Amino acid sequence: MLDLTKENFAAEVLEAEGKVFVDFYGDGCVPCAALMPFVHQYAEEYGDKMKFTSLNTTKARRLAISQKILGLPVMAIYENGAMIDSVVKDEATADSILEMIKRHI
Amino acid sequence: MDAKIYDVMILGGGPGGLAAGLYAGRSKLSTVIIEKGIDGGQIAITHDIENYPGQAKVDGMSGQELVAPMTEQCKKFGVERISDTINSCDFSGTIKKLVGNKGEYLGKTVIICTGAMTRFIGCKNEAKYVGKGVSYCAVCDANFFEDFEIYVVGGNGIACEESLYLSKYGRKLTMLHKGDKLAVPPALKQQIEENPKISVMYNVEVDDLGGDELLSEIVVKNVNTGELTTLKADEEDGFFGLFGFTGKKTTGMFEGILDMENGYIKTNEKMETNVPGVYAAGDVRVTPLRQVVTACADGAIAAMQCGKYINTLK
Repeated sequence: MLDLTKENFAAEVLEAEGKVFVDFYGDGCVPCAALMPFVHQYAEEYGDKMKFTSLNTTKARRLAISQKILGLPVMAIYENGAMIDSVVKDEATADSILEMIKRHI
Repeated sequence: MDAKIYDVMILGGGPGGLAAGLYAGRSKLSTVIIEKGIDGGQIAITHDIENYPGQAKVDGMSGQELVAPMTEQCKKFGVERISDTINSCDFSGTIKKLVGNKGEYLGKTVIICTGAMTRFIGCKNEAKYVGKGVSYCAVCDANFFEDFEIYVVGGNGIACEESLYLSKYGRKLTMLHKGDKLAVPPALKQQIEENPKISVMYNVEVDDLGGDELLSEIVVKNVNTGELTTLKADEEDGFFGLFGFTGKKTTGMFEGILDMENGYIKTNEKMETNVPGVYAAGDVRVTPLRQVVTACADGAIAAMQCGKYINTLK
């Protein structure tokens, strides 16, 4: 899974070809940490069909806010520079994230 | 191959469920805890607990630190773990059934420990702003509001504790409380009153929310006069945060199946519900106090009752 930063977000996500999965997480976000192992598992299984990335929003707060994110966790799919799907906060479970991935591959 | 029939199925891996698991497992009952997320329930996201009797770090520890040994104890006593979301149940027969996304589970007894998560404020347009200014998890989202304004709904212990935590991040924090005074011990009240960043608006409840994509308006209503006041985010800021720590939501799964009161499951002092073999423990049940210590006690009682009940089936 690719680690995103505020420096590479535009190039790796907004300007990328095809669909990009972004796991927005933060230091101290317990639900985010709990979902991480599942996301890594999905990245291994579906990494050939979609690009999997993650962004630590604690280090990129303004960037997250520019993406209209003020709460975690957010699991999103981007295409052509825009967020086209997401599961947010309590909606984000191992199962719902997998369902979202399957909708887009 | 016939499906396994557990002695005890525990629904929920918070402190109530973990304590129940520990006691049931140690009593050599075949036990399973079914949990859809991570262990700990509400306190999994609590950054600081200081009132669990006998806690290892007296000055304060996180909910995760408190719960981790409970998870280990269950493992030590052979409790099985299943990760699944239970959507429905069938308690009509001697063998109880829980139906999840990934399978069906059978057991002679069930202990319901689904808790009561704070997951709503109850105002208009709330769902629109969840994750866009509205939050119920301080440890998750405090960082977004560093140097911004923060509002907190509630006047109870949790609201005060979380406000103290959030005040380290926000430039200014205002508590919105529907009562006319904070319902907390004097020491905590003093901390709130002495914190230069925190102020309290009394006798108000949140009526409506507004803002383009991010939350930038909160309409509060005076509970006595009905007067509405609009709180707007600083123009330069563009948004603010609203954290809710009051609305308790329990699972609606047992309505019509178990005797309930205001969404909570009714039990006697043995944690028995109206259905033999089905018990409830912790925040989900009708109880005068919802704390980690009471959830654990309930779980232990329920587990031991399960053992006695199973003996009567033989």
